Amino acid sequence: MAKERSTASQGIDITRALRDAVLTGLLAFVLFLPLIGFQTITDMRGNLVLNTRWGLLFSIVAVIAGARLAYAVLLAPWLSQRKLRPVAVTPSPWRDFLGKWIIPFAIGFAIVYPFVVVGTVGFGGAVKWIDNFGIQVLIYVMLGWGLNIVVGLAGLLDLGYVAFYAVGAYSYALLAKEFGLSFWILLPLAGILSSFWGILLGFPVLRLRGDYLAIVTLAFGEIIRLVLINWVDLTNGYAGISGIPRPTFFGIPFNANEDGFAAVFGLEFTPVYRTIFLYYLILALAFLTAFVTVRLRRLPVGRAWEALREDEIACRSLGINTTNTKLTAFATGAMFAGFAGSFFAARQGFISPDSFTFLESASIVAIVVLGGMGSQVGVAVAALAMVGGTELMRDLDFLKAIFGPTFDPTQYRMLLFGFAMVLIMVWRPRGLISTREPTVFLKERKTISADLVGQGHG
Amino acid sequence: MANAGDILLRVEHLTMRFGGLVAVDDLSFEARQGDITALIGPNGAGKTTVFNCITGFYKPTEGRLGLRHGSPAVWDGLEALTDSGRRSMTHGDGALFLLERMPDFLVTQQARVARTFQNIRLFPGMTVLENLMVAQHNRLMLASGYTLLGVFGVPSYAAAERAAIEQARDWIERIGLTARADDPAGDLPYGAQRRLEIARAMCTDPVLLCLDEPAAGLNPRESAELNELLLTIRNDHGMSILLIEHDMSVVMEISDHVIVLDYGVKIADGKPDAVRNDDKVIAAYLGVADDEVADVEAEVGL
Repeated sequence: MAKERSTASQGIDITRALRDAVLTGLLAFVLFLPLIGFQTITDMRGNLVLNTRWGLLFSIVAVIAGARLAYAVLLAPWLSQRKLRPVAVTPSPWRDFLGKWIIPFAIGFAIVYPFVVVGTVGFGGAVKWIDNFGIQVLIYVMLGWGLNIVVGLAGLLDLGYVAFYAVGAYSYALLAKEFGLSFWILLPLAGILSSFWGILLGFPVLRLRGDYLAIVTLAFGEIIRLVLINWVDLTNGYAGISGIPRPTFFGIPFNANEDGFAAVFGLEFTPVYRTIFLYYLILALAFLTAFVTVRLRRLPVGRAWEALREDEIACRSLGINTTNTKLTAFATGAMFAGFAGSFFAARQGFISPDSFTFLESASIVAIVVLGGMGSQVGVAVAALAMVGGTELMRDLDFLKAIFGPTFDPTQYRMLLFGFAMVLIMVWRPRGLISTREPTVFLKERKTISADLVGQGHG
Repeated sequence: MANAGDILLRVEHLTMRFGGLVAVDDLSFEARQGDITALIGPNGAGKTTVFNCITGFYKPTEGRLGLRHGSPAVWDGLEALTDSGRRSMTHGDGALFLLERMPDFLVTQQARVARTFQNIRLFPGMTVLENLMVAQHNRLMLASGYTLLGVFGVPSYAAAERAAIEQARDWIERIGLTARADDPAGDLPYGAQRRLEIARAMCTDPVLLCLDEPAAGLNPRESAELNELLLTIRNDHGMSILLIEHDMSVVMEISDHVIVLDYGVKIADGKPDAVRNDDKVIAAYLGVADDEVADVEAEVGL
């Protein structure tokens, strides 16, 4: 009996699935006809000719219709079956263990990482792995944590965060070249200048919320970039600034000279030492960001940020100066971007406005959103996946064998970014780690579910 | 009638216009120290507007809102303060504030007027304890050296935080939420959220507590608990309470003084019993007085 019913429903499903697939195919045909079916090309005489690509068009339409059919027949019943199955919530000791040890393990791994790399690939290949992978990921972890203060804690959507990164980088580059000041003096100075710009931006946008705030911060990011491009006397415009002094090991430069790092410590000269030093520098800066954020969350100012995200009017009714609270959030977030920016300039030795495009801001916001607003661990994981994943894709040379020698996997970076975003939004709409840890407790620290935590008004 | 010295809040000629709409029209009343003063009236009478003016959320079109701390003698300086153009003055062991000149957060921070909202405004993603900690923001901010000292973990801040947690724990106990202190406020049942909002307002250490319909949506038992809570707050802390309420069981049982508004105009002012039997009040709530119903029906042709 039950079997009969199930076969009957199967039959209905197949007709529906077929109709569905045909409709999807039609829709794809209409959509791709102008996009893929027709192509304008310039022939040898310079005339514009219309080329048709029926083969490609129909194969794409067929693939889409086929995929839709396969989904309706195979995947959809399985998914609905799974939905009916009771979800067994068994507290697994494995998960508890993971939750407890993942952070110490990650910190430990980050500390020994350069030695692991040098041990596995030797001095020759280490620079690539430490610099392109390790340092690059850590810069974005730090930027993500910095932006997390503004977006995740205070709930203010800032789409121009890269502007503060640029201010930090140019502060270091210009002051170091003009006045010969050391990295260690300029690092805090770049942070101060950036937070000053954070406050300057903060003032006009205090009254804005939501979409309006996002648009104005976006515009501010672009303004800074355009100023950097057009104020040629100061910034050298598009050409950028080169020959930026590199940081020294407390006064000992990393070079092959007799007073260089290798010679002083009696080592053989290799550029890896500088890279390892830079790695630990950004690691320390990232830890500083995390440490300060954790501390600030437990201070009244951090609670006020989170309260602001939850309900601004209630904040005002409790005597909290929301103007100052927002400005401190902007300034603190900008300060860490300034630190990261001056590190970036010192590491590259060359900066130009190209490094500070809107794409960078969008990437950092994407990292924060994917990681889960307010979550330090989530942001770090998202930065590792996004930036590290992109870097790893450079090595996928075997894909060239499949897609031809002109295929460059990193070109598909944004596509993957978008794809990851869509996946996360479907599976975890509030980011990888969306729960909130309370900052203070009487008896027991209970994690707060994401449904209750506010997302801010902009 | 008590003497003028008891007066804590003095509202004079308060008018609030929104474009052509006059929400509050030339309203004057006084709230006395240690009293529960109720502000009642039909829907749209302008009660919440009066609250928003007192707590600084609206800037009144006209009128003066004086609030006193400490010695009643400061009232003598009211005219001088008004003419000086300043927001507040201290005089001997007292201080006088002109609330209409202060932005909302300063009304709570300096003049120490705390409020709750008609539609509860807790921080739903923060725990009960955290909600009460946020309310002690200004005191803790000072103790943390405006964050600078706090980041380095100075012991004086740790002590201040412990004291704040103690105060919060005290209030959590008083509103009967000890078992749920570490739960998010958004998870609490409605009645508990109402009580928590009152406790949170009390944690700002106010001299005047303004409650906007605290009994709205409560069942009779919860409403009785609320009465008890408000009376304890009044009796144990000597707190003065200004109350907007629709629930007559709350108003008549606990208030010392009732002011009735209708269309932004004060129509009655006095003890609960006197107000209850006032013809104008009955007319405002029921349309017309009972003995006129027959006349009206005859007129309409029923």
